[in-house]
Amino acid sequence: MTLTNAPATPGRPRAGVGDAIRTWWDGLARPMQWLVGVPAIIALALLPVFPPPFVDTPFLSFGGVMAQFAMYALIAVGLNVVVGSAGLLDLGYVGFYAVGAYTVGLLTSPNSPWNQTDGGWLNPDWAWLACLPLAVAVTAVSGLILGTPTLRLRGDYLAIVTLGFGEIVRLLADNLTEVTNGSLGLSQIAYPHVGESESIPQGVFSAGNVDPPLNSGVWWYWLGMFLVIVVLLIVGNLERSRVGRAWVAIREDEDAAEIMGVPTFNFKLWAFMIGAAIGGMSGALYAGQVQFINPTGFNIINSMLFLCAVVIGGQGNKLGVIVGAFIIVYLPARLTGIEVGGQSLGDFKYLFFGLTLVILMIFRPQGLFPARQKLLTYGRQVYQAVRRPNPSPVASLAPPPADAPK
Amino acid sequence: MTTPGAGDALYDNEDWAATRAAPEVDAEAAPVVDVAAIDPNLADPDAVAEVVAPSREIETAVGEPLLRTAGLTVKFGGLTALDDVSFEIRRGEILGLIGPNGAGKTTCFNAITGVYRASSGIVYFDGAPLTKTKRNAITRLGIARTFQNIRLFGEMTALENVVVGTDARHKTSVPGAVFRTPRHRREERDAIERGMALLEFVGIAPRAVEKAHNLSYGDQRRLEIARALATEPKLLCLDEPAAGFNPSEKSALMDLIRKIRDDGFTVLLIEHDMRLVMGVTDRIVVLEFGRKIADDVPAAIRENSAVVAAYLGVPDEEGYDDGATSG
Repeated sequence: MTLTNAPATPGRPRAGVGDAIRTWWDGLARPMQWLVGVPAIIALALLPVFPPPFVDTPFLSFGGVMAQFAMYALIAVGLNVVVGSAGLLDLGYVGFYAVGAYTVGLLTSPNSPWNQTDGGWLNPDWAWLACLPLAVAVTAVSGLILGTPTLRLRGDYLAIVTLGFGEIVRLLADNLTEVTNGSLGLSQIAYPHVGESESIPQGVFSAGNVDPPLNSGVWWYWLGMFLVIVVLLIVGNLERSRVGRAWVAIREDEDAAEIMGVPTFNFKLWAFMIGAAIGGMSGALYAGQVQFINPTGFNIINSMLFLCAVVIGGQGNKLGVIVGAFIIVYLPARLTGIEVGGQSLGDFKYLFFGLTLVILMIFRPQGLFPARQKLLTYGRQVYQAVRRPNPSPVASLAPPPADAPK
Repeated sequence: MTTPGAGDALYDNEDWAATRAAPEVDAEAAPVVDVAAIDPNLADPDAVAEVVAPSREIETAVGEPLLRTAGLTVKFGGLTALDDVSFEIRRGEILGLIGPNGAGKTTCFNAITGVYRASSGIVYFDGAPLTKTKRNAITRLGIARTFQNIRLFGEMTALENVVVGTDARHKTSVPGAVFRTPRHRREERDAIERGMALLEFVGIAPRAVEKAHNLSYGDQRRLEIARALATEPKLLCLDEPAAGFNPSEKSALMDLIRKIRDDGFTVLLIEHDMRLVMGVTDRIVVLEFGRKIADDVPAAIRENSAVVAAYLGVPDEEGYDDGATSG
């Protein structure tokens, strides 16, 4: 399996749906982009409130599925920084997800010896909110600790070490029984206590809020969407800066980047830390939504699923990988309960995603929505000066033949 | 695994391309950047040269040694690729480094730019030894290079490639980029301005938004030079920049190298093409089997018997005599 930036066929650009959308979007003026973008986001947010009949998941709460999608979208965006931008193949990303979830769990679950919510320094009402930045910080540090010794490795060797890290985290959670309660897991994890009323005594985010249309899943989906947008803005700013250019330069040719003055090790470490922090944020969301975590939720197969979302969506395209995350979460949920030969179709997800990956690698190795990242903050003025005239003026404007031997 | 486009080899044939792909190529006409629309000043060569020129403090006075190697030796196991080589590059000159294949030219280059560690000997640059300096720090000290086999960042546009070079002089890191600090915005503006000027300087500004791997071979070579210049080097090292060029491209390259020198850069040039080397350099160092055999002005190198022997070989005295007596 080769995941490292297989280049698109050079010299023969293929125009797909993604290209058409991007060209159209780039052609809009800034205010127009706002006019289109904001209603689109609102429509997306209202999707689980008014689920269209065919889109709805018949045997699962559509709100819950969308909440899971928001978490996977966060993960995909974070993993995309590491794999898509900086080209560091990370097979143990679930480890960071687990670190984030366990940070919240250990600090707020009554099963944990480090519980701070009954008489500790965490007020139960805002414990989850306080733990969110903590979880992000702890995972970022775990990324730093893992990255410092391992980022001297390249390619396959890095992949193997990160694979090991993912397993180590899970095994620690499984075996440090005094702290993590082993395979029994941590229950009654804190969640945001908001909107408590007589009909919903525990607040809208509680797992007990199951009444459609505004069940807890929808609220978590909205919270997740908000975090996704914040993270997208941050990652977008990073991409269009010296940092993003350094990442892509490292992906393209690490030695050449180093010789061009890019401190490659520092920027790889930054990519690892930022990716880890975003994964940890998603883990904290998961812990809060489910209010229960145990080690089986952080199996290595989840890492593969996360990577699958990034590869299907298109490595390097942060909106594409969100679509990838949607496919990974939604399709199994949609097919759950549709039985073929006594088996629910949703149970075949690893088979189908495995097949999808193989087929994708053969026919479209760049993913469904391959996009070239924009790496310049003020690149707009240059792109606006691009003319795509018909061939005859090109010939006269092209550099003299001396410059173009081919 | 099937590489994407493995089957495209069929269509790489020019006849095929002419019959089949012609309309497609027209539709996907290469994007051309209207350079004047970005900055009208780019039409004026003097203004471009002004932006491109290095604005950095250099300790060394013009004509004094900028880089000096003292007894530079590089060994790979039992093979001594570079043996006790000492030479100097004076500020403001174009120094040619020549020698037959395998003489150690590129090894010497790599030892100077930190890719290889010298087994013994020291490289002094602008007054300080470069013994334990990291490769990216050497670039920021002011040595930039191009590669013998082109190593651009293929998926990035030409302009972005150059901007990676200008980033060597920038300091914004993650916090600055997240919060878009004034310094970040200033550096980004500077990056576009200098980047476009550099592309104009080497003559490929209209191709600024083209992906690097889609550029023609000659343009890629030029882009490598632009990217190296973008790091604002005190010393520019060009590793066989004319490899694969035809004579007219070579003369265009000679003009470009002279233009670079006139803009205040010092140039170290590795090249096989004698006409180019003789025509453009101020001084030439000749290597053979890892040793320096000559160091002089081009006219003297041309007459130097050791150099001629290295390139053309020494007549085999005995065999020649045998032939003479029997004939």
